[in-house]
Amino acid sequence: MMRKPKVKRQKAKVHNNDFIFYFYLVLLTFSFLLLPFICSAQPISSTELINNAKQYDGKTVVYEGEVIGDIMRRGDYAWINIYDGKNAIGIWINTSLIKDIAYVGSYKSRGDAVEITGIFHRVCVQHGGDLDIHAQAIRKTISGRPIQERLNTSKRNLVIVLLGVLSLVWILSLLKRK
Amino acid sequence: MILKPRLEDIKNIGFYLGRIIVGLGLTMLVPIFIGLAFGEINPTLDFIIGIEITLILGLLLQKICFTEKDLSWMQGMIVVSLSWLVAMALGAIPLYLSGHWKSYLDACFDAMSGFATTGLALVQGLDHLSYAHNLWRHLIMFIGGQGIIIVALSFFVRGVSGAFKMYVGEARDERILPNVIDTSRFIWLVSITYLILGTLALGVVGALNGMKTVNAFFHGACVFMAAFDTGGFTPQSQNILYYHSLPYEVITVIIMILGAINFKLHYHIWTGNRREILRNIETVALFISIMITFLITAVGLKQFGVYSEAIVLFRKGFYQLISAHTGTGYQTIYAAQFINEWSHLALVGVICAMALGGAVCSTTGAIKMLRIGIIFKALKEDLKRIMLPEKAIVIEKFHHIKKVFLEDRQVRSALMITLCYLVLYGLGAIVGMFYGYPFLNALFESTSAAANVGLSCGVTNINMPAALKVTYIIQMWAGRLEFMSIFTLIGFLVAAIKGK
Repeated sequence: MMRKPKVKRQKAKVHNNDFIFYFYLVLLTFSFLLLPFICSAQPISSTELINNAKQYDGKTVVYEGEVIGDIMRRGDYAWINIYDGKNAIGIWINTSLIKDIAYVGSYKSRGDAVEITGIFHRVCVQHGGDLDIHAQAIRKTISGRPIQERLNTSKRNLVIVLLGVLSLVWILSLLKRK
Repeated sequence: MILKPRLEDIKNIGFYLGRIIVGLGLTMLVPIFIGLAFGEINPTLDFIIGIEITLILGLLLQKICFTEKDLSWMQGMIVVSLSWLVAMALGAIPLYLSGHWKSYLDACFDAMSGFATTGLALVQGLDHLSYAHNLWRHLIMFIGGQGIIIVALSFFVRGVSGAFKMYVGEARDERILPNVIDTSRFIWLVSITYLILGTLALGVVGALNGMKTVNAFFHGACVFMAAFDTGGFTPQSQNILYYHSLPYEVITVIIMILGAINFKLHYHIWTGNRREILRNIETVALFISIMITFLITAVGLKQFGVYSEAIVLFRKGFYQLISAHTGTGYQTIYAAQFINEWSHLALVGVICAMALGGAVCSTTGAIKMLRIGIIFKALKEDLKRIMLPEKAIVIEKFHHIKKVFLEDRQVRSALMITLCYLVLYGLGAIVGMFYGYPFLNALFESTSAAANVGLSCGVTNINMPAALKVTYIIQMWAGRLEFMSIFTLIGFLVAAIKGK
């Protein structure tokens, strides 16, 4: 008779633990389901977007990277391509939003790094099924710059040495023919 | 008894190899000119180093192995197989010097991929690559697509009766004109004419799409070279997705199909015999094969609901399919999307298209349509023999420029090459699986490499094992040369070791 309340207390404790466990489980599940929405505040990598395209389809995402290649204007909108170090994704953007872009990535320049907030499309019906982002906002995070090319003196020296060898071989081959 | 190769054999091979190397070296003048035009100092130096090493090696080989004798069949075949390996090693020098390739092996991988018109790439930071290096990547596809030997025959090798032996060794057994050097020049005439037209078309579309004029025409020339030669390199990392343009996709589809057609058929179309397109066994087989493989792919895509809109399904499905069938490898989806989104059935459709390829004597790789047509004709003939009375004489014909009676010799040759390709696809897939890739991924990438296509489902990347990179290099090389010259080289090496 003396032991019963103790057992009851233990059972109540177990029930409490179960409740806390299930509460956290439900919370975790909800957090996971809400991940794409919550993540929209943090930049998402191109690999994550491409590999989990169905999960992010139609959601607002933040994507960051370097503007590369050409800015291709199409009426009031333009295509820019943003490279995040792994892949480049096409961004469909209003031309009024790209005024700040001064540099695009190429051999001679490092493009502006920008943060795009926009709607991600796994299969964009407007653009023939392309995977793209329709930008709503853009923020320049790092300014691009021209890349000053310096003469590589090792390469220059190698060119001179090889030129000497080539001239020698060429003269020898002419002598042989004569 | 196996006979050990004589010194004379080695001298002949060395001399003609030297000539081809010199020819190859001179093609590096084009990127040097581009580098100077765009004011790219270090890339220009990379190509000057490349041309110097190439010319030194070529001249030395010609001097050491000097001969006035003509090539035998065996020597011609070995010159061809070695030329492609040497071209890879020398063509990779300027690429490696640029610093955009992690290792010399990676640069060799891309050089072989370029020469063999495959299109698989290990380049890093492609969007920051110089104009000179980018042009070289596409130019080697143009050279490789026509054939390294064709380049040499057209411009650097004159009056050699052994020329035909080298021409055949490069998997081109059809003479368009009576003289093989005239044939080579005709192939260049066709290619240069289309190059001008294709560059103009793509350049204008690019400019209208908002690209800078210089970039539009530079990209136009590069994309044309890679599309017509069914290669698959592009100047930007996004492949054809970079352009976001339907007209660009339509033009590249037309160029890819032109590249997949037999040069002999081009000759007949150019000389007014347009009906040949409708009657030729290759074009008929290509049309039927595209329809069947597209049907498989489309059903696979529809089953999984990958694309809800029919027009999108057609645009995405048909583009990847044509790119696979012609052996080009241009993509308007990301590599990972093949595996993550496309169904297995759709992938099987694309793999079948890659494995079959385009026409013989074109710029494509793989089994090719003439062989598929011949095998089906042989099957039909055998079925007729079973079904008709025993005394009936069964004759099967097909139309390939002229009416041709089906012979056992043709069937045996077609079956043998088909078998070699199937073994090559399978071996590459086994190596891929050995390194832990799933069966379908490994088969997809292996077929793509061996059939010189270039579509990727993501297996090809800088972190893949070195042995797998070497496997794909061998597959690209063997697939492009259609085995015979490579078997001859192996036989030559065996004879050198075991011969008496």
